[in-house]
Amino acid sequence: MSTTKTKWNVNFKVYRKKGQNPSHYDQFTLEVDPDEYVLDAIERIWAFHDRSLTFRHACHHSTCGACGMLVNGVEKLSCITYIRDVVEDGGTLVIDPMRNFPVVSDLVVDMSLFFDRLEMVGQRQVVPVSDETIGDGKKAQSPTNGKEYLRLSDCIECGLCISACPIAATNPDYLGPAILAGAQQNGLDRKPELLQIVDQENGLWRCHSVYECTAVCPSNVDPAWRIMDLRRQVTAQRLKRLFR
Amino acid sequence: MMSEPSRKSGISQAIRWFDPRGRDIGTIAFILNRITALGLTFYLFLHLIVLGQLAQGAEAYDGFLATIRSPIYIFGELLVIAAGLYHGLNGIRVGLTSFGIAVPQQKKLFYWLLAIAVLGSLIFGIRMFTA
Repeated sequence: MSTTKTKWNVNFKVYRKKGQNPSHYDQFTLEVDPDEYVLDAIERIWAFHDRSLTFRHACHHSTCGACGMLVNGVEKLSCITYIRDVVEDGGTLVIDPMRNFPVVSDLVVDMSLFFDRLEMVGQRQVVPVSDETIGDGKKAQSPTNGKEYLRLSDCIECGLCISACPIAATNPDYLGPAILAGAQQNGLDRKPELLQIVDQENGLWRCHSVYECTAVCPSNVDPAWRIMDLRRQVTAQRLKRLFR
Repeated sequence: MMSEPSRKSGISQAIRWFDPRGRDIGTIAFILNRITALGLTFYLFLHLIVLGQLAQGAEAYDGFLATIRSPIYIFGELLVIAAGLYHGLNGIRVGLTSFGIAVPQQKKLFYWLLAIAVLGSLIFGIRMFTA
């Protein structure tokens, strides 16, 4: 007979901040199923313990990118993070808002600048399969029936890469991984005007090759590889201009 | 209209550069790179001060040389060699990956460079302490 305990007691330590008041942590002890997601527990805290807790969420299946937060100090999409993967029975889960964004309220951060910048580089929501690269530069497989197929872009605009980036922490003007990845996805050949946006002081040369963006990306965008590829594109363009 | 970025205190944020908690191997490489850079810069100033001893005559310089033959100074020199090895090799890794070469292998490159740096430091250490 199985003796596996089906319910765990977990202490949730949740970051709270309202308006100009100083921040603090509130603690909630919940009986949880370890196979639940962190977001399920946060929703229960809101539903049964504290209706003033604010957090962003929508799809519950890693498509909308709304529920990014720090789970025990690590950037996670809380809707796909199993409780059993981040804590043990009787343990504590510390929940914080993402870093490198201004906190609006509790776990909600202001991502407006991030979205503005994505728009500035023309981040594509839908891309032709033949244009898309997956992960470390491998081409996505195109169907061979002559039709042009489209796919949703991998980037779900969750902002976790910006939160994990140490350069974004010290330089708020740095465009950041998702934005540079969006520019790379467009390509300088397709959108030459992007060169001026990315090839500047706070653009792709500001990256210090820490690779945390790729480590935390929940959607196989591989922003670090894309930044390096964009550098290669920019260098090639500059060299071409020298010999023109 | 584009919104303004939020600006927090530079020092409190820069401390995060040295916090490896919950981070991946890339951060370890980055932290070591920063620490070795600071160490090597400090050593450069120290080196210039030592060279300044030359200006105070042969006796002062000989006296200083006698002091730095103690094991603690030799260990300090070994740290400089280890820092130089790591920083130089990581520079090659960052240089390669910065232009799209071996980006998916960046973790393996780090482990290799670390192994070479440790091995090189050991060889230097044995030679320095047994000479």
